[in-house]
Amino acid sequence: MKFTIKVWRQNGPKDKGRFETYPLDGIDDDMSFLEMIDVLNQNLLTEKKDPVTFDHDCREGICGMCSMYINGTPHGPEKATTTCQLHMRSFKDGDTITIEPWRAKAFPVIKDLMVDRSAFDRIIQAGGYISINTGNAIDANAIPIEKDLSNEAMNAAVCIGCGACVASCKNSSAMLFLSAKVSHLNLLPQGKAEAKRRVNSMMKAHDSEGFGACTNTGACHAVCPKEISLTNIARLNREYIGASLTSEKE
Amino acid sequence: MNWITEFFTSTIGKKVIMSLTGLFLCLFLLIHLVGNLQLLLNDGGAAFNAYSEMMSKNPFIKAVSFILYFSILLHTVRGILLWQQNRAARGGVGYAVKKANDASFASRNMALLGSLMFIFIAIHMAQFWYQFKFGDVASGSIAPYDKIATAFEVPWIAILYVVAQIAIAFHLWHGFQSAFQTLGLNHSKYTPMVKGLGYVFSILVPLGFAIIPLKFLLG
Repeated sequence: MKFTIKVWRQNGPKDKGRFETYPLDGIDDDMSFLEMIDVLNQNLLTEKKDPVTFDHDCREGICGMCSMYINGTPHGPEKATTTCQLHMRSFKDGDTITIEPWRAKAFPVIKDLMVDRSAFDRIIQAGGYISINTGNAIDANAIPIEKDLSNEAMNAAVCIGCGACVASCKNSSAMLFLSAKVSHLNLLPQGKAEAKRRVNSMMKAHDSEGFGACTNTGACHAVCPKEISLTNIARLNREYIGASLTSEKE
Repeated sequence: MNWITEFFTSTIGKKVIMSLTGLFLCLFLLIHLVGNLQLLLNDGGAAFNAYSEMMSKNPFIKAVSFILYFSILLHTVRGILLWQQNRAARGGVGYAVKKANDASFASRNMALLGSLMFIFIAIHMAQFWYQFKFGDVASGSIAPYDKIATAFEVPWIAILYVVAQIAIAFHLWHGFQSAFQTLGLNHSKYTPMVKGLGYVFSILVPLGFAIIPLKFLLG
């Protein structure tokens, strides 16, 4: 397969950046999108040019690193698919493929397609955990949890923190990410003890990172590779309103 | 920071303000429409004039009207500030290629639709509200019904009012159900009903308002 690759090149956070266009030949339709970029980079290296910097790690759709905006959609044209799980057969021979980094003030570009998503880490650090000493692992069935509830929590827990929700949101809001993390913990008995403190401090962290507010457009859910539901955002709103009204004064 | 200010300055708190004022304005629209539909009666304006008289005298209506003015201003100002904050969050660099996704036209353009509505409300209030309160209707030189009838016989005014209803319909199409989502009122049983009610509301209410100028223009 033959492609024209139009990719964002930016030398560093301070650089203005621009698009560069590269013709690419000899791509197999079974190659993943990242393997296609590997081939492009191999070509660039042989030409003694700087390869395209991009984030990637597991290449099996679970780490959330491969953040790129492909032809106007985060993670490209396939639904519920990360960039690494996207294959070149999803494109037509001769296509021009435009690749851009996530665009959000809270995700500054480090180089080319790689953005700094440590804002997400700081939101997690603010309360996305359970602060108990675990000791020995207890029996998995010692705490009874209703099946529907555990499904709901697990559906939120599949969020890989890739940032596609922020990238696609017209407000660069991280509400889908935040709501998935809050839902995952606040729904389960282990997380309930710190539920109010968690939602309050994670919300504060979200805002101080400079993410926008939620207009409920649903763009995030549409592009989420893990199909995190918008009901999580409603739950986050409910939890936050409830926690603000009922938590004890600190 | 005080917990109340902290809540209302958080992104969710700001949206809660939008949601509560928005729902109150929805309720107002419904009541405003029901009252105004009396203009469609073929009684030469008797019912509407009596209703208008009652509305201008009733102290309860007067008190509620101040909550209404406050809500319109709060919804507008908060909305503009949110639009600014959200635009700043984007960071100034857009995408070269952006494909349409599930987000509806209305949901992507709430600020624009709202701004159009605010301009319309300003025109509408200058034209009627001011005249009813302080102008020729207040002084008794023209009856409320006749004031409206003569205004809508001018084609561009009638058309302006009809066109404004389109902006209102789109704004409500997204805003009604979005207000419930913002308040966290989401439930697998009731959310489909809320959405359905919102869509019906966003079509019927503006349609009801649009019929009034058309009646005077065409009839």
